Amino acid sequence: MHVGLEHYLTVSFLLFGLGLLGVIMRRNLLVIYMSLELMLNAANLALVSFSRFNNNLNGQILVFFIITVAAAEVAVGLALIVALYRKRQSAHVEDLTSMKL
Amino acid sequence: MKLELLPWLILFLPLLAAGGITLFTLRYRTVSALLSIGAIVTGFVLSLVFINANGWQPSSAESIANWLTIGGLHVDFGLKLDALSLMMLLIVTGVGGAIHIYSFGYMHADRSFSRFFAFMSLFTFSMLGIVLANNFIELFIFWELVGVSSYLLIGFWFEKPSAGDAAKKAFIVNRLGDFGFLLGILMVWGLLGSLNFTVLQNKLTADPAVLGGMATVAALLLFCGAVGKSAQFPLHVWLPDAMEGPTPVSALIHAATMVAAGVYMLCRILFLLNADALHVIAWIGGFTALLAALIAVQQNDIKRILAYSTLSQLGYMVMSVGLAGPTPAMFHLTTHAFFKALLFLGAGSVIHAMHDEQDIWKMGRLQKKMPVTFWTFLIGTLALSGVPPFSGFYSKDSILGQALSQGNYALFILGAAVAGLTAFYMFRLFYVAFLGKPKTQAAEHVHESPAVMAWPLRVLAVFAVIGGVIGVSQTYASQFSPGEARESFGQSLVEPLTHSPAGVLVGLAFIAAGFFAARALYRDAASDPLPEKLGGLATAMKHKFYFDELYEATFIRAHDFIAAVMDWIDRWLVEGLCIGLVRGGTDLSGRALRLVQTGNLQTYAFLFVLGVAVVMYFVLGK
Repeated sequence: MHVGLEHYLTVSFLLFGLGLLGVIMRRNLLVIYMSLELMLNAANLALVSFSRFNNNLNGQILVFFIITVAAAEVAVGLALIVALYRKRQSAHVEDLTSMKL
Repeated sequence: MKLELLPWLILFLPLLAAGGITLFTLRYRTVSALLSIGAIVTGFVLSLVFINANGWQPSSAESIANWLTIGGLHVDFGLKLDALSLMMLLIVTGVGGAIHIYSFGYMHADRSFSRFFAFMSLFTFSMLGIVLANNFIELFIFWELVGVSSYLLIGFWFEKPSAGDAAKKAFIVNRLGDFGFLLGILMVWGLLGSLNFTVLQNKLTADPAVLGGMATVAALLLFCGAVGKSAQFPLHVWLPDAMEGPTPVSALIHAATMVAAGVYMLCRILFLLNADALHVIAWIGGFTALLAALIAVQQNDIKRILAYSTLSQLGYMVMSVGLAGPTPAMFHLTTHAFFKALLFLGAGSVIHAMHDEQDIWKMGRLQKKMPVTFWTFLIGTLALSGVPPFSGFYSKDSILGQALSQGNYALFILGAAVAGLTAFYMFRLFYVAFLGKPKTQAAEHVHESPAVMAWPLRVLAVFAVIGGVIGVSQTYASQFSPGEARESFGQSLVEPLTHSPAGVLVGLAFIAAGFFAARALYRDAASDPLPEKLGGLATAMKHKFYFDELYEATFIRAHDFIAAVMDWIDRWLVEGLCIGLVRGGTDLSGRALRLVQTGNLQTYAFLFVLGVAVVMYFVLGK
């Protein structure tokens, strides 16, 4: 069978949806964090496939940017989560509602 | 015009003194007093120099600095210099100066000595501004300044509740009159397009009917200002209460400043007043004169008797203006300034010696112990009663003569009767307070006042004697009826007899009747015999014909009622309903929206995605 753009996009959409569901449903901060990465990579997949099928390298350049930013984000985010865990002895979102009035 | 800068200097010297005292010398009592006295006495000397250099009618009658121009409205800050204003300049600085010097002795024991002189200087500045103003706006500004400074001075002893109330009363009653005055000014500006007195006068001379049907209304509105300031019926109630201030303040308000402003303003704008308005003015003046004289007959407070006599004399002046006689009005204003200042300062001297006792029934037999006060007060009494050849005789007679020459016999008889009443209540005061037996211990142990208080009395007494024959009347006449031959000294001495002998004789008959009645009743009286003879009328006089009570029951009650209604509307409709609804709505929506803020990260994320989905649906879905 011929694999076309729509197949890649379907995979990308499914990945994105899974990531989103994870962010919304899961309670553990680390899992939420991983789901976020999943969403970023879903976007990467979509960009790469557009780039491949349109013979345009712009998309791939954007992907490199995203990967770089994601790496930086992981470094900062994980550090925050660890600090938070040390302070609160918990990494569950239900316990982090002190912003509520 | 020579020495054009001098009038500006005369005007602003007292302001400089007031500012200097307030800013720098409040702690140095003598320096403050000398600054204030120096400013006004220098003003007097400079006025003399200016008049000596330029005569009574300077070649250019105005000295103008442009102040502001808004569209068609031009307002100058200018000085009007003619016989009227220059003569007033002399009176304000001269009589005012005597009062300032006297205050140095009278107020010496007061804690707020410096503040007193700062206020006095401010008052003098305001009054000089009224005198010199060349347009309505400037006049009005100084007019209000006089109101403010009178408020400060009447309420000088503000720790006394009665003084505070009197100050408020004076200010508010004056504001009532000023409201009409301001409307009148606006009307004149709207109809004639100018506020400058000279321009207005030229317009009205060119076309007397230029004001059209509104002439009487405008004139009466302008008269409202004079009714308030010069305390004419029905706004006369503030003046007797103003006695709560220190006695020199009463002298200043009653003699040279404030109450004179109303009459002066009427003379200044005489060209705006038509025959109908003048008729009303004459009768209001006459009525005030009679009313106040009747009230004065039954007062026992020495200052209140003098206050009602001021009201009565102001009634004379206003009546004279109403009879188209500005010259007699200003003449009487001038002589009145001399002898009324003298009487008030004399009364102050007695009060000072009696340790703040003001009831005449507690005085008596003062001639031996206080010779200067006694003799000068006698001169003041004779002058006020209109006994020849004292100054009051000439000025009062010229007003009665004016009534006769206008053919207004009703007002003539009224004026003559008031002259009789004046003699009666003044000699009642004199017999009870200065002659007879000492009625209390305090009256037996009085002492003459110090020289700084006695000398102003002597100087004012001299002018109270000769004020009628030194050419005051002719100076005014040179402005209001130019072309009349100037009289010699001898002519002016017998002027009343040659002018209207009938008027003189009738007036003198009334005055003699008043004098002998007072002598018969009060020569040896230990208490007032009049209430028994007059019954209810005397009680009514004693209670000032119940005007305060009447106003209390009508105007003040009505005002309180309106205020209560407004308070209710403000409290319940504006604040409760309108502001309450807005406030409640904001509060409610705030509370509702707060529920959305769960603090749960994932709820936010969900709502965020939902929002993105909705946006994408609208952007891409169509």
